Amino acid sequence: MAWNRKDILDIDSLSVSEITSILDTADGLKEISQRSIKKVPTLRGKTVILFFYEPSTRTRVSFDIAAKRLSADSISISAATSSVVKGETLIDTARNLESMNPDVIVMRHSSSGAPYLLSRHITTPIINAGDGAHAHPTQALLDMMTVREYKKDLTGLEIAIVGDIAHSRVARSDIAGFTKMGARVRISGPPTMIPAGIESLGADVVHDFDEAVTEADVIMMLRIQKERQQQYLFPSEREYAGRYGLNMQRLAKAKPDALIMHPGPLNRGVEISPAVADHVNSVILTQVTNGVALRMALLYLVAGGMRNAVDY
Amino acid sequence: MQLIIKNGHILDPGNIDGTGDIIVDDGVISAVKRNAAPGAQAEKKSDVRVIDATGWVVVPGLIDMHVHLRDPGQEYKESIETGLRAAVAGGFTAVCCMPNTCPVNDNRQITEYIIHTAEKCHLARVYPVGTISRGLAGKELSDYGELKAAGAIAVSDDGMPVADSQLMRRALEYAGGVGLKVISHCEDPYLSDGAMNEGAMATRMGLAGIPNAAESIIVMRELALAELTGIPVHIAHVSTRQSVHAIRDAKQRGVPATAETAPHYFTLTEQAVGEYDTRAKMNPPLRSEKDRAAVRRGLSDGVLDVIATDHAPHSILEKEVEFDRAANGIIGLETALSLGLRLVTEKVLSLEGLIEKMAKNPARILGLTREITPGAPANLTLIDPDALYTYDAEKGFSKSSNSPFHGWEMKGRAAMTVVDGCVVYEQN
Ligand SMILES: [Zn+2]
Repeated sequence: MAWNRKDILDIDSLSVSEITSILDTADGLKEISQRSIKKVPTLRGKTVILFFYEPSTRTRVSFDIAAKRLSADSISISAATSSVVKGETLIDTARNLESMNPDVIVMRHSSSGAPYLLSRHITTPIINAGDGAHAHPTQALLDMMTVREYKKDLTGLEIAIVGDIAHSRVARSDIAGFTKMGARVRISGPPTMIPAGIESLGADVVHDFDEAVTEADVIMMLRIQKERQQQYLFPSEREYAGRYGLNMQRLAKAKPDALIMHPGPLNRGVEISPAVADHVNSVILTQVTNGVALRMALLYLVAGGMRNAVDY
Repeated sequence: MQLIIKNGHILDPGNIDGTGDIIVDDGVISAVKRNAAPGAQAEKKSDVRVIDATGWVVVPGLIDMHVHLRDPGQEYKESIETGLRAAVAGGFTAVCCMPNTCPVNDNRQITEYIIHTAEKCHLARVYPVGTISRGLAGKELSDYGELKAAGAIAVSDDGMPVADSQLMRRALEYAGGVGLKVISHCEDPYLSDGAMNEGAMATRMGLAGIPNAAESIIVMRELALAELTGIPVHIAHVSTRQSVHAIRDAKQRGVPATAETAPHYFTLTEQAVGEYDTRAKMNPPLRSEKDRAAVRRGLSDGVLDVIATDHAPHSILEKEVEFDRAANGIIGLETALSLGLRLVTEKVLSLEGLIEKMAKNPARILGLTREITPGAPANLTLIDPDALYTYDAEKGFSKSSNSPFHGWEMKGRAAMTVVDGCVVYEQN
């Protein structure tokens, strides 16, 4: 299908056929990363700006590798090195970047909705690499790509997402994506971390963790942040691990072939026990591998590279 | 100087409701003539202006008891003069300005500066509100006696909630003794760390939510303190149904309390935030439809006494930024009357009821006079109830244009505003 969407800001705005098209493209591009010469000329002469207002290593590196494997020139700008520290507004910084004629801006920002503000003021295509607690569409797409790789079809799967839903853009985008593709999503975690009205996104809230993982096809564990303890969201890491950590006994309640996933970075021994993290069903590293292919696919589609990249 | 306002529909709730002429001499109403015979003339003077008010409603001058004029200190957002131009264009003959200026109005000098600057403008009257706590710091009482002597009409820590209940109790007691009204911005700062109303919409948008309880818990505290001290408290900008219920219940028990809401709370819901539109960001936040309905019911059954704008000008520097970093507040002086008249069209309030909320009740609460009767100061708002216009926030008198009502089709507006017998605004 022809791609004519300028920005990738969230999952909600993508149609089922667009998501399928992205995943298919990513599947095709995955092989490039397994070659000895991991580079195709598809985006030669294109410029990708990685505009990271919030510190991030993994997502930035994943996009950077994706851009380079497609021969695009990628430039990283972080809040610490940009004019942000000099008091320039987001819109002014973005207009300055746009004046250098980039083909895509990949943006990470700690404020929910920041990419929408940007897209109202500049015409360069924007890929949202995570905004506040709102959306992380590339993570949700790579999660769907990974599940589809193992389960072939997302329809009818039972996906359990467990942890700090309230602060998780991954959870929001995963709920939006998996339910859109016909899977069922249950969420679980301490009631302090289940935000008001989350059911309206299409997920079922199952407070009891054991019940939430029962007969699940996929268990997605979210990282718990120690700082949340100061916000009274949980008493201690020890108590959290006991009530909401995924260990071998709990894993046994899920389907035998249940996939274990985590957007990283892991807190081994807190939300996930070391044995589960390294379990044969764990696809946590496959998520990272697929992340590169998925981001290559988005850059390719959005930057409007040469046709048939898959043939290279 | 004589002013004759002829053939208007004179509406002073509880006093007069009919067609007639008002004659103003030297700033004071000298005669009110019901159904004056056509051609009948007041005694001719040379220095006289006759205003044909046919088709207009002539009401006691509107009072906005909650505005931010940003002067001194943030004149790039608004100045006393531009704020008052916006006020009179909106039909307001007087405003109460909140003390969170730079420096804050916790002393005689700032209060006097505001009053003197306003007097030189010859627009609406300004009644400054001083702070409850010195420096808005929530630690000790401001010098209420000095504020009162300088001309302050009330105290409020608007924008900076009073977290310390003992401070609020003592503020009520001490201000009661001095004769200053206490206006409470009800917000529990421990519960209110968010960017919009708590609920499904905030969750979907990934924004931290502000629950209704952040407001109502302090509303209930202020009502308890008013009951304890016997000193009336005025609750600012009510946005939640729980607050409306609590005030209704307290009033029924005889607790001395009054309350206001703002046009945005009876007109909009959180849906106005749309795709992170900072023009719909304010504190308290726009709430749910249930809350909006309860606020409207509170207006119609008298639980909410006053409509005040919470006019809060901000420049694009504060508004064209990330949603969670954007300043709270919208301008409101130039849209309040039109939005109030929608309540009349929608039968939430009678026109009489609207004038009570926008003129009579604020006057009663603040100890001012708003009467259309001989001997009373001539503070009058002439309303053209049929005027149709599209509101353009960029073309308003305010220096700022942060309004979610930009582009709205409006019906009814101020045609003329009269302050102490002077025509300070004419719509043309
Ligand atoms: Zn306030």
